[in-house]
Amino acid sequence: MKYPYFPGCTLYTKAKKLDDAGRECSLKLGFELEELPDWTCCGATFPLVNDQHITMSGPTRILADTKDQGNDKLVTLCSVCFNVLKRTNNVMLNDEERRAKITDFIERDYHGEVEVLHYLQLLRDEIGFETLKEKVVKPLTGLKVACYYGCLLLRPVKEIGLDVMENPTIFEDFIRALGGEPVEFPYKVECCGAFQAVHSMDTATRCSRDILRSAKNNGADVVITTCPLCQFNLDDRQPEIQKSDTAFSSIPVVYFTQLLALALDLSADDLGFERNLIDPLPLLKEKGIVA
Amino acid sequence: MEKKLGVFICWCGSNIAGSVDVDLAVAEAEKLDGVVHAENYMYMCSDPGQQKVKDIISEKGLEGVVVACCSPRMHENTFRKAASSVGLNSYLLEIANIREQCSWVHQNNKPLATAKAVSIIEGTLDKVKENLPLETITIDLTKRVCVVGGGIAGIMSALDLANAGYDVAIVEREPAIGGHMAQISQTFPYFHNIPELLQKKIDEVSAHPHIKLYVNSEVDVLDGYVGNFNVTIKTQPAFVDPAKCTACGKCLEVCPVSVADEFNRGLSQRAAIFCYNKTEGAKIPVLGQNDCLHFVNSETDDNDKCKACVDVCPENAIDLGAIRNLNEEFVGAIVMATGYDLYSPEQMPEYGAGNIPDVIDALAFERLLDPSGPTQGQILRPSDGQVPKKVVFIQCVGSRDPERHKAYCSRACCMYTAKQARLYRQQVEDGTAYVSYMDIRSDSRDFEEFVQAGMEEENLVYIRGRVAKVIQEDGFLRVFTSDTLSSRQIVIEADLVVLAMAMEPKAGIRELSKKMNVTIDGDAFLSETHIKLYPVESSTKGVYLAGCGQSPKDITDTVSQALATAGKIQTMFSNETLIADPLIAEVLDDVCSGCGICIDICPYGARIMNDFTRISDVNQAVCQGCGACMAACPNKACELINSTSRQFIRMIGDFAGKAGAV
Repeated sequence: MKYPYFPGCTLYTKAKKLDDAGRECSLKLGFELEELPDWTCCGATFPLVNDQHITMSGPTRILADTKDQGNDKLVTLCSVCFNVLKRTNNVMLNDEERRAKITDFIERDYHGEVEVLHYLQLLRDEIGFETLKEKVVKPLTGLKVACYYGCLLLRPVKEIGLDVMENPTIFEDFIRALGGEPVEFPYKVECCGAFQAVHSMDTATRCSRDILRSAKNNGADVVITTCPLCQFNLDDRQPEIQKSDTAFSSIPVVYFTQLLALALDLSADDLGFERNLIDPLPLLKEKGIVA
Repeated sequence: MEKKLGVFICWCGSNIAGSVDVDLAVAEAEKLDGVVHAENYMYMCSDPGQQKVKDIISEKGLEGVVVACCSPRMHENTFRKAASSVGLNSYLLEIANIREQCSWVHQNNKPLATAKAVSIIEGTLDKVKENLPLETITIDLTKRVCVVGGGIAGIMSALDLANAGYDVAIVEREPAIGGHMAQISQTFPYFHNIPELLQKKIDEVSAHPHIKLYVNSEVDVLDGYVGNFNVTIKTQPAFVDPAKCTACGKCLEVCPVSVADEFNRGLSQRAAIFCYNKTEGAKIPVLGQNDCLHFVNSETDDNDKCKACVDVCPENAIDLGAIRNLNEEFVGAIVMATGYDLYSPEQMPEYGAGNIPDVIDALAFERLLDPSGPTQGQILRPSDGQVPKKVVFIQCVGSRDPERHKAYCSRACCMYTAKQARLYRQQVEDGTAYVSYMDIRSDSRDFEEFVQAGMEEENLVYIRGRVAKVIQEDGFLRVFTSDTLSSRQIVIEADLVVLAMAMEPKAGIRELSKKMNVTIDGDAFLSETHIKLYPVESSTKGVYLAGCGQSPKDITDTVSQALATAGKIQTMFSNETLIADPLIAEVLDDVCSGCGICIDICPYGARIMNDFTRISDVNQAVCQGCGACMAACPNKACELINSTSRQFIRMIGDFAGKAGAV
């Protein structure tokens, strides 16, 4: 089974490990991510005003390409790309006036025919967490995982519809399928600070601190994310957090595909853990997940 | 033989005469078919005007009259009475509305307005030509009432009617009457003790010779129509015989089951056999079939099934083989006092309700305030029984949130929250009470003063803003909110959070409203006929509304409305029979094919299939003459008396013809 796949810019650079692991795992799980040829940037933000159309031309072109190549689905790994593509597609599907403006401008014929899927959604709805559980070779036994959703994977819930907004469970179910132990913590859907990291580092530090502290207080060994920006903020802010809060001890922040890869017995050497600021390997070794 | 017709055109001062040439209109009217008299007058509705109409009817032997004046809503009745006083059947007089529908809307074009007035008169004349003389319909009246719901609305309505001498049957779904009011400790704005107030009323009900109480009961079927309802009441089996039971309480002790007590909003546990609440009427225990092991383990051999309560009862009052009862009540009127539920806190995962034990709803807080409640009136938080030192009351939870929850305001929450916060501060002197609000709606006598006193004397901290999230962390409930007056984000570390949940109609109201043939609005509240003028009448004649089933309200408003229904019903019962308007649907027997489309379309349940003739009959007492069946009938077999399709087509022809000519 092949699924057309949109990696997005960050997954080619800073979040390469999210991408690599995702592709490797798919082969182990019996499907293939087929990269969309000639893809462009998704735009990285969905326009927040109703009459701003130009930023939607990029994602619409990506969706139209997907359709023209005979596909009715498009898989993404990055929360931001998922959010932008999914919401753009909703506009194409439901808003005749905006659709006409955009498709006329880019001279394409597209009516929202493609279903945008997040990789997690693919695992849940197309592969099934039960099947995933059967394919696990090295269960993450004893690993306490804080499943951090962030914002863009879930919100706005009426448009995204991946899971409920305030108390989602898809990520926890995923970790259970891998044999790990999900940790409930009240900050799992709070914002990491996102782009505030660019101009208000303190805000991002504060947001990340609250999330990480809460995860640790609830007993987590590791935090997982689907989003390169969340991973960056949560990982990269930790030295700064420690400066103001000496009691704070660091916690590794990894991509969900990295843990998936370990559970499917892919080599830890290929997973790019060296790019993490807080090295997860000592923990994973301690838990016996990595030799 | 053509009817002799008369036309009376009113000036209405300058209201009509200012833009309609009334002399020209008379001249034009005189030329119309069948018209033997036409005239105009300054105020036709005045006594001399009416006299003119009467005199001419007698003098010229008129057989049909058109009065061209204001809306029929104003004076149709006036002129029909005048006509019938001189022997002309009142249904042979019609109003041509040339004021609201002509002169007022065409003030700057007299020739056009005049032509339009004449065409309206002509059309109305054509209708009168085919009008039949009619007599009002007389309907039998059973002077008994069924009250659905035994909360304070049902209780007050029933007592008023029973005191007037009418027999009343109260149907209550729960094991005892009292409703939500029995869960509440004190009133606002005067801190009256509710158990005392309510018990008096419950005692009156129990002792009243004219009131019959059906508890554990629901309306199963409703047949009939105004004045003649037949209500089938389904009563759950009475496992405990009230005649034998001495309320010794032994069965409560031996029952092995322990489940959350709904009456205490889950703040305490109860056995499967239990006293529903602490009111006097609920001393005899009831057995919850869904919880009782005897019924839950239905596969077990009969001899092995739990019979602990039966064995211990010294009076042999418990019979687990008791069966459900069906009773019938014949009544003339019904009061729907079905009440409300609080919107489920589980709908608010961001506030942790359902997951965090110290986030409770407002009714649960009332249980904490009740001296006979699970904590004997001590405000103790559910998780560890400690006195909470910081309490956050959140208003508008689920209310005023059209995107995610209920769009409406639940009306009572601002006041009961102020009351609860004040009672908390009175009990916990070193405690702090925060109230998160959007607006404070304190719009009744002494309400604003009550809230102000809370802020000034009891130091309630009111914070304007909506709470974003409540989480449990570091031994606190962290309440994330903002103060929109100072534009600051705030985090409160609280010990207890109380949610003023939205009120919503009682569960099951959709099914019940269908049974009772009462329309509901988009939120499933029972709809009144007219919010201003017919506020307690439902869409079905003889069915009246009281209390929160109609819309959220406090006890004061609920009781006012309940007494209004009782008054309305007594007015109805002051007659020996009911009079109904004969302007209703009729069926052309030869044309009706018995397809039944009219039965589904009728909003009043007035169309019934005659099993013998296979023709759809009209129930004269129920039909309101709305014409829905007339429009829906594929065979044109339904007609409205005196508004037939033939009459309407002629009228439209007259209107369109004249308007086209101008």
